[in-house]
Amino acid sequence: MHYHSEQLIRDLTVRALQFRIDVLRMVKNNQTGHIGGAFSVAEILTALYFHHLRVDPRRPDWPERDRLLFSKGHACAMLYAALAHRGFFDPDLLLTFRSFDSILQGHPDPAKTPGVEIAAGPLGHGIAIGTGMALALRMGNTKPSSQSAPSARASAAKVYVIVGDGEINAGVVWEGIMAASKFRLGNLTVILDYNGIQQTGATADVMPTEPIADKWAAFGWHVQEIHGHNVAEILDALDRADEVHARPSVIIARTVKGKGVSFMEYDHRWHGAPPNDEQFAGGVAELEREIAAWQR
Amino acid sequence: MAAVVSMRKAYGDALVALGRANERVVCLSADVSNSDFSFMFEAAFPTRFFNVGIAEQSLVDVAAGFAYTGYIPFANTFAFLFATRALEMVRTHLCYGKANVKLMGAYAGLSDSFDGPTHHSITDLAILRSLPNMTVVVPSDPVAVAKLLPKVAEWDGPVYFRLNRNEVPVLFDESYAPEIGKAITLRQGKDVAILCCGLMVSRSLEAAERLSAEGISARVVELHTIKPLDREAVIAAAEETGALVTAEEHSVVGGLGGAVAEVTGEEHPVPVKRVGIADRFAQSGPYETLLEAYGMGVSRIVEAAQAAVQAKRGRAHA
Repeated sequence: MHYHSEQLIRDLTVRALQFRIDVLRMVKNNQTGHIGGAFSVAEILTALYFHHLRVDPRRPDWPERDRLLFSKGHACAMLYAALAHRGFFDPDLLLTFRSFDSILQGHPDPAKTPGVEIAAGPLGHGIAIGTGMALALRMGNTKPSSQSAPSARASAAKVYVIVGDGEINAGVVWEGIMAASKFRLGNLTVILDYNGIQQTGATADVMPTEPIADKWAAFGWHVQEIHGHNVAEILDALDRADEVHARPSVIIARTVKGKGVSFMEYDHRWHGAPPNDEQFAGGVAELEREIAAWQR
Repeated sequence: MAAVVSMRKAYGDALVALGRANERVVCLSADVSNSDFSFMFEAAFPTRFFNVGIAEQSLVDVAAGFAYTGYIPFANTFAFLFATRALEMVRTHLCYGKANVKLMGAYAGLSDSFDGPTHHSITDLAILRSLPNMTVVVPSDPVAVAKLLPKVAEWDGPVYFRLNRNEVPVLFDESYAPEIGKAITLRQGKDVAILCCGLMVSRSLEAAERLSAEGISARVVELHTIKPLDREAVIAAAEETGALVTAEEHSVVGGLGGAVAEVTGEEHPVPVKRVGIADRFAQSGPYETLLEAYGMGVSRIVEAAQAAVQAKRGRAHA
């Protein structure tokens, strides 16, 4: 466990709020994109990219990098905002989100966007792919497209997968959960963005998943539950997960869909709807007030 | 009659040889390794073999994870499961995401004959060849398996390698030198060309022999790569013989026959007769019985060639 200063926590929290403003702009600009699930994952992505992950924006394919698999692909506007400000590409490109010929596709494409590890959108893939990556890294690193043999020792790189709570309706998620447990992948951490709402309503109504912590524990994983908008809790949980070596870890992050803009919170209608001018201005004003409060 | 050798044993041997030659090769299994013979790789390289259980979607996704980390994963299960149950994973991560995964589709066609239509794989070629960035390869004998598997490993991108369960006639010797995407003319002929793959290659050669006795000179072209199709070879066959037959252990909808008809229809229209299973499911039974009953006997190729030649002549006199 590391000490996380108040300054660090404040900086990360403010960044996450600023990224929400970026996302509002991106989705408003072309009147298309997903806000609710982007807002619920803002602090998680920010804590990972701006503190916890070992990545190098100048070398997106650095073999020793930590991998972040963004499995809830529809919420990629927030991923793009985080990657851009982390230095993977020019933040000016954010407004091209979902435009023709943009590097920022409607759902993530690893071939087009530096820093994106996997295609996502069809839900459920991240944990099984992360299982393959974690197994491969444990066997020893090898450069893509090189002909050289893998290094003889395990890589120190870790694999992180962000999944949504609606996403875990999908069967392949549980196939991946079983496989990661079987192979005792201590280098794999899943963060569940549990915002409680999916496209047409509450997850508890659409497909009940509770008691999710017990279920995950029963599959042999190390389980933590946190408040997913509290940066200090996120950082501590990530550190704790790093200390689990003989089994995979899941961090169940209790979040709020649409978090940060009052009229978007807890409302499934903001899953995939763009804001009009008035909603946009109101949302930005709320977020700016929140930023100012943190900066006082 | 040529000697017969088990295709799956040939595959297991080739896989072990590949594992020895290339340390980046790993094997994944959905718990049918004693069926598809990937157990031979497990025995030789236990730390490079991963059984993910009866979970074909996870099989493909886990393999994609290995590919994205620089390994060359060979995923093993029954052919129909790649083409149907795990298809979204194949499309999203192998084809769109460009994960360099090799899909080893076992028990293809009707070769798992007694297990019945649930286990037959008669639409896999049509499905997989429709996906951008996918490469589809069908070896036709044990030598072809051994020769093509290293090419599959070297190929930059996902490959679907379609394997037969059974013992099949040995057609080739050490001089056989296939290249992915290049057709091989096995027999010259001028009246009709039989374009074939897999088990139907040996049957096409037999058909050509019979046709020769009737005075019909049949060319036999092996198209072991369904995608990317060797368009030049198909067009040349159409131009030089004016009548084509396709022969595959697959539905006549969308597979090799469909691919050939697409090319000739645009580039050089000639009569094309497709030999394969009609648009229907088969049933349980002995392999040989099913092949005969569902339209893949040698006599059906002969009849198709005769019909193609007749159609050509009919057009010439029209």
